[in-house]
Amino acid sequence: MATKKLLFVARSLPYKTEASRLALTHAISSQSVEIYLKDGDLVEATIAFVGDGVMNCLKNQQAMKHYGITSIEGHMKNSLLLDMKVMICKEDLAKFGIKEDALLMDADDIGGEVKAQIVPYSEIQKEMESVDHLLFC
Amino acid sequence: MGKLTIGCFSSLVGSLSLDFSIKLAEAAVAKGHTVDYWMSGNATMLSKKGQKAFKDYSHLAKPVQTLLATGKFNITACEACAAARGYHKEDTMEGVKSFSMDWYLASTFEADRVLHIGGD
Repeated sequence: MATKKLLFVARSLPYKTEASRLALTHAISSQSVEIYLKDGDLVEATIAFVGDGVMNCLKNQQAMKHYGITSIEGHMKNSLLLDMKVMICKEDLAKFGIKEDALLMDADDIGGEVKAQIVPYSEIQKEMESVDHLLFC
Repeated sequence: MGKLTIGCFSSLVGSLSLDFSIKLAEAAVAKGHTVDYWMSGNATMLSKKGQKAFKDYSHLAKPVQTLLATGKFNITACEACAAARGYHKEDTMEGVKSFSMDWYLASTFEADRVLHIGGD
């Protein structure tokens, strides 16, 4: 009976490539990983947005209107609904002049209880050091 | 001997990251390790059968077949990513499996090392 911890580090801009969306969908898939594992074993995923990746966390994304696809904001909401830890780099937000009220911080409207966390890079570094595997996207 | 899990989002041709990751898999298998290889996003292009070798383009079908023949190499494509690109079961190279993303996360559970190439 063991838990393996993964950290997805999303550095890519939203919609320019598929990488940040795949980071979120892969992290969310940790919810159904037990079907491949022994009873009691788990894979726990966390996601951190750094660098250009913090742009993925902007709210009021209009992906359906412009591209006809689901928004990355929707995947972020799902990850919060599933109680996944979502970290956003404070320094990188400051570099872009992005304030907290411009970000998707919770999934209250769909019943989520967990909130995204704006944290200094040092906290993300600590998380990197604490997990079993790092996955940069 | 250990187990290496490699995940890649980068496309065949278009990017050399996929070439690098297959070279790494070859090196690991040659040392006696086992490799689980996961293709997601544009990397699912590697699962397509009928790839033609041109000298100006990367050609990875042959090394993948050679790796599969060792019995120490498992290669799996994200089924949704492949289907979205029009690659279905009948288009898939022999020996390549197709599963959802949780297969990849499960593979990391027993991996000694994970190398993830999350796109270019």
